[in-house]
Amino acid sequence: MSLMEMRGITKTFPGVRALDGVSFDLRRGELHALVGENGAGKSTLMKVLGGVYPHGSYGGEILIDGEVRRFQSVREAEAAGIAVIFQELSLIKDLSIGENIFMGRAPRRFGVIRWEELYSRAQKLLDELRLPLDPRTPVGQLGIGQQQLVEIAKALSQEARILVLDEPTAALTDAEVETLFRILTSLRKRGVGMVYISHKLGEVFRMSDRITVLRDGRTVGTERTSELDEARVIARMVGREVGDIFPEASHERGATVFEVRDMRVEDPNVRGKMLVDGVSFSVRKGEVLGVAGLMGAGRSDLLMAVFGAHVGRTSGEVYVEGERVEIKRPSDAIRKGIGFVTEDRKRFGLVLEQTILNNMTLAGLRRLSGQFFTNVESEAAAGERAMKDLHVKANSVFTVAGTLSGGNQQKVVLAKWLLTNPKVLFLDEPTRGIDVGAKQEIYGHINRLAGEGLAIVLVSSELPEVLGLSDRVLVLHEGRVTGEFKRAEATPEAVMACATGHGLRAVEANPSGGRR
Amino acid sequence: MSHQGNEPATDRPPVTADVSPPDAVLEDVGTRQWRIAGLRLNASSLRAYTMLFALIAIWLFFQWATEGIFLGPRNFSNLFKQMAVTGVLAVGMLLVIVAGQIDLSVGSVVGLAGGVAAMTQGWGLVPSLASAIVIGIVIGAVQGGLVAYANIPAFIVTLGGMLAWRGVILRWSEGATIPVRLPFFRSLGIDFVAPIIGLALAVLAVAALIWLTLRRAALRRHHGLPAQGIPASIARVAVPALLFFAFVYMMNTQGGVPIPVVVLLAVALAGAFLTQNTTFGRYLYAIGGNPDAARLSGINLRRQILLSFCLLGTLVGVASLLHTARVGSASPDAGTWMELDAIAACVIGGTSLMGGRGTVVGAMLGALIMASLDNGMSLENVQNSTQYIIKGVVLVAAVGFDMLGRRKG
Repeated sequence: MSLMEMRGITKTFPGVRALDGVSFDLRRGELHALVGENGAGKSTLMKVLGGVYPHGSYGGEILIDGEVRRFQSVREAEAAGIAVIFQELSLIKDLSIGENIFMGRAPRRFGVIRWEELYSRAQKLLDELRLPLDPRTPVGQLGIGQQQLVEIAKALSQEARILVLDEPTAALTDAEVETLFRILTSLRKRGVGMVYISHKLGEVFRMSDRITVLRDGRTVGTERTSELDEARVIARMVGREVGDIFPEASHERGATVFEVRDMRVEDPNVRGKMLVDGVSFSVRKGEVLGVAGLMGAGRSDLLMAVFGAHVGRTSGEVYVEGERVEIKRPSDAIRKGIGFVTEDRKRFGLVLEQTILNNMTLAGLRRLSGQFFTNVESEAAAGERAMKDLHVKANSVFTVAGTLSGGNQQKVVLAKWLLTNPKVLFLDEPTRGIDVGAKQEIYGHINRLAGEGLAIVLVSSELPEVLGLSDRVLVLHEGRVTGEFKRAEATPEAVMACATGHGLRAVEANPSGGRR
Repeated sequence: MSHQGNEPATDRPPVTADVSPPDAVLEDVGTRQWRIAGLRLNASSLRAYTMLFALIAIWLFFQWATEGIFLGPRNFSNLFKQMAVTGVLAVGMLLVIVAGQIDLSVGSVVGLAGGVAAMTQGWGLVPSLASAIVIGIVIGAVQGGLVAYANIPAFIVTLGGMLAWRGVILRWSEGATIPVRLPFFRSLGIDFVAPIIGLALAVLAVAALIWLTLRRAALRRHHGLPAQGIPASIARVAVPALLFFAFVYMMNTQGGVPIPVVVLLAVALAGAFLTQNTTFGRYLYAIGGNPDAARLSGINLRRQILLSFCLLGTLVGVASLLHTARVGSASPDAGTWMELDAIAACVIGGTSLMGGRGTVVGAMLGALIMASLDNGMSLENVQNSTQYIIKGVVLVAAVGFDMLGRRKG
């Protein structure tokens, strides 16, 4: 008998059928991966399971231990042993780890919280998970990865038997991912059933017992992981066979258009600590320069600093088309022809409640519209062109940006920067959290833009992406350049060696700062 | 469809949809989007319509309760005169709130600026009026500067200002009430523009409306966007035109449009233009909606925020003149509670205190609702205490309905 079974789940939103007769089951001690493009209905399905959508607002039935359950609220689902850890964490940053774990369930006597018991129980949980954390630490002081692990501890404290993880590794470092996987493995031994939603197929294949693919709100199929391979899963997700998702690019490279010399950034929180420590690089017209490195290597800091947007103290020289430019703030950078598709589109990229058009024209407004007065007609004309060029799927340029899927939001951010008419374009994690189909489209655009003569600096945590798209790869480690490779020489092993600071090429590529 | 790569010299075809969803969908969208745009407009103005219906309901109720006095020409004129000060303040407040800020010092600055204007009447008309405006701008600049450049939260800066500026006027006036002596100053609050000028202004407004509609149509043709239907265009001109003339006609039966109302209309028009048709306005909404994204898009947040406080300050100066002129004297406690009236007007009109959302038209509706409640309840001799309670309930209910509506949507 299955631990949990969902039968013929149907959920409609105004105008959209998000789920259409989806069936899904979970066994004891199983890790069941749920994959599909964004908008395929994975999160919706899990919200149905977790009681976010109460019984009656969806069709079909949910069985736990073979018994039909009708959850009216998240609380009822939790009581039945279901814990859902969503992408957006639900921890309260100002409260301690212990308080968060026992939120609303603190041990008490006569209504007064027994802090000693709370913290000793929390400590025990953390020890069980082998997390070296003090339960009295405020959650806000933890990295996002550790917060995720605290969420798991919280779920375990509720004696969850069914654990749903929605993109748990999106923000984790490699080391944290390993910790997470170790914990998941031990949970599996304890008989906890887990639903694992992820875009990272490597993880899915490493961890899961079975894989269910959703597409457009329907189940495409459920199979044992051992009977599948990545290409087949991708094909099912997108509904078509995908060849090499990185198009072969042969960019005609021209003169150097952009150069950075000796860029340094001091950590605004820790005096004397350098986030970026003397990095120099240059990009030619039509070239894609990949910047690889682990979390905290200073890749985003480097781009932010060059763009004039870093809050820390920065120094260094920037040259555009051979001319020294002074960049004090983003508007200077934009004026000099630098575009910056920032990471985390919801936080840094979009004004979510505004229209696609207003977002697209935000950075280049004065160029597209007018110095003082806006001209909606000329903006709309430019916006519609961009929407067609980048294949943004939306009803019109007046659709609110927040309602779009991740991939389409990312295209809107890309359009925003293309509409500033840049000479060099920075892309920071341009495909994070978007589905395979949209990724492939973005890759196509990157190649097309390079082919049209744009110089591109690409930062990505996904090594295959950097290697697949770049003409040249720069590797950062702790704020320094530890390696530089041509496309042909850039093997994953060599790049990763430099990224972890063990690169042999470090000496060759950067004789002054490689080995100390 | 796929001749894109084979014909390097030709322009890209306008629609190149080579991925799913199939072309049909995109082409369909191409013909439909402006209609959808119209629908979207309807959806976002839904709240404005709700408020309009609320206003009409309030008017009908008081019309019935006062046995026809409320909407009679005399009271109608009074109603708008009463609304003028709050309305002018609300336009300025809207700019600041949309940028995600707040200004609690407005009432005290009305008192201070009005008081100084009254005290400087000896210097002549222009210096006296100018002093109020200058004080408004300077205070706006100081407070805006502290918010934008010293990173002190606006709530704190202007809460401090609310206390401090009230103290300043109490000290300068030594607690005395100063009468308005200059005839022109006084007339700002109580006189009317000649009926013929009111009519001329209405004609001018309609002409401007027609010109704008035609220009818009020409621009759309120029950029190859589908044209709007002729009936829709005619309705866009005819409905406001009818309202303008009815309004002026009604006012003219009472001697003309009151000067404060003319000032309010000018300020509201300028505010609407500023928020909807300028880069400054667009940037304000972006800053309020997502300051990080705005900053990374090259917007100078500090300058924008400073500017919005300065603009509010200017309008506070204007409002202080209208208020002083209407009352006929400047007392040191003038303007008390006005910041809350202005904020309430914005919020009732659909402005989000979190920033990024709100319109001048909405704020005007909100101000009119507040003024209607004041006026109607006064006519009915409702006790002061009851008036406060009702206004408080209306404020909370308006936002409550908004939240309810949005949760469903």
